[in-house]
Amino acid sequence: MPTTGFFTDSTLCIGCKACEVACKEWNAVPDTAFTWTGESYDNTGGLGHSTWRHVKFVERLRDNTPAWDFSSDVCKHCEHAGCLEACPTGSIVRTEFGGVFVQADVCNGCGYCVVACPFGVVDRRPDDGRAFKCTFCYDRQKAGLEPACAKVCPTQSIQFGDLDTLRRRADERLVELRARGVIDAVVYDPRHTSVGGTHAIFLVRGDVGDYNLPANPEVPTVRLGEAWQAAGLTAAVLLALTSLAFLVGSP
Amino acid sequence: MRDREGRLEAVREEAAARGRVEGAAGPVTGAPFPAAASTTGYYGHPLLKAPVWTWEVPAYFFVGGAAGAAAVIAAVAAAAGADPQIARDARGIAACGALLSPLLLVADLGRPSRFLNMLRVFKLRSPMSVGAWALAVFSAAAVISAGLDWLPVDRVLGPLVAPIAGATSATAAVTGLVLATYTGVLLGVTAIPVWAAHARLLPAHFGASAFGAAVGAIELAGHRTPTLNLLGISVAAIETAISARLEWSPQPSGRVLREGAAGAFARLAGVLGGPLPLVLRLAASHTAEVRVVAAVCMVVGSLLTRLAWTRAGVASAADPRAAGV
Repeated sequence: MPTTGFFTDSTLCIGCKACEVACKEWNAVPDTAFTWTGESYDNTGGLGHSTWRHVKFVERLRDNTPAWDFSSDVCKHCEHAGCLEACPTGSIVRTEFGGVFVQADVCNGCGYCVVACPFGVVDRRPDDGRAFKCTFCYDRQKAGLEPACAKVCPTQSIQFGDLDTLRRRADERLVELRARGVIDAVVYDPRHTSVGGTHAIFLVRGDVGDYNLPANPEVPTVRLGEAWQAAGLTAAVLLALTSLAFLVGSP
Repeated sequence: MRDREGRLEAVREEAAARGRVEGAAGPVTGAPFPAAASTTGYYGHPLLKAPVWTWEVPAYFFVGGAAGAAAVIAAVAAAAGADPQIARDARGIAACGALLSPLLLVADLGRPSRFLNMLRVFKLRSPMSVGAWALAVFSAAAVISAGLDWLPVDRVLGPLVAPIAGATSATAAVTGLVLATYTGVLLGVTAIPVWAAHARLLPAHFGASAFGAAVGAIELAGHRTPTLNLLGISVAAIETAISARLEWSPQPSGRVLREGAAGAFARLAGVLGGPLPLVLRLAASHTAEVRVVAAVCMVVGSLLTRLAWTRAGVASAADPRAAGV
């Protein structure tokens, strides 16, 4: 099976939120969008247990002119996924398409994946008790279909396909945009970090921090070695101190 | 405002008449413009999700840690030939914690009926999986170990019970060491900045705190021996050193341990678990009342330490400046 991916080209996004709607409809995700945030045209705020696609509306001044940048965010489906490594039940698995998938019939809602995600994506749904996030439309991919968000995107801002092809296309698009004078365009695919790149890559304008994308995300398990070493050392010291106390203290 | 409305009308008329509009619609000035800034991220929304755990999880860190440390003290006391009543009471404390811990953890699950899914797989790369298995083995061993104390020891049962008691006590002690320290690994191996930045310190802090709570609990059960005072002094000294390190730690993400409500809480926990009982034990451990106060300080300090670290994690996740660097 080829590894599939998303390439979200924000320079093509018109902020229509069709991806948010299509995702909710196909996956039967509960509603969340009936609040007014006052943050531009955003009314979902961020990715969460019931928002698996989220269109960001970044307002700012560019060359002293108001600029309105849209970008559709989604689970990054990391090459080295923190949630997958943390999951103690084996509910979170890697699919044959390379996506990261939460098996809802196994999850017991321990909440460890929530703090293990360096992108703040996966979350526990309070009324349900289990963790939810983008499934990469695993059911649709199984049937040979593209994910609902990519299918419905009217401008091809969300592209779905073979990951390597999409990575090449992102690089080509970057060259094209730069040649046209869009010098602040960047491709977001943190392959230089322990996350090892993401299966959902993005092309955005300006600082990735403006879109709440971490510049240097780390998969938490990089600290497993040092943390267990510290635990082992602590256990040895405490056992030694206890033994010493009883040897010295006992008559 | 009237000018802008007028210009809008003109634009509409031009569009209706010609099918297109030339020139700008109007200047955009004077309106509040919420510019995005890299320092606050997207409208100040936290990049990370806050921990969803409620009070049961830090309470389990305390109960499970104290129980694990008590099992270690019980095994060492028995091996060193100390007063058998100390080992017996320590086993009792370990068993109480062993029974309470799974209840606390199950209560915090989003789907408590699926708690057995924790033992569906064993994943070395997941500290929670390792901890769940350690707790399962510990609970069984600690409860059997303490339960054997209730059996009448006679000539028939004695030779049968002794090896089982030894094996369960040793198993509880080994898994008890894991239980006392792994919760620090559990927090350190996450994306929450303040926990991640202290991935080495957390297991040491939680381990020392667990032993402090166990010593305090055994003392409160009536054993105010010099041995336990000595152990209490050593772990209080470790906790004092760790608190000092956190207070003057150069870690930027450690801000939440010093500022605001979470910071005040962390400081209170630090003083109760380390310096205060250390001074009391060194100065006046021969006075029974002072000894009791020191023991209570260590037990309460241990509980507050776990609550403080959990609160700090929530504050840290909400801090847009701490994440994503």
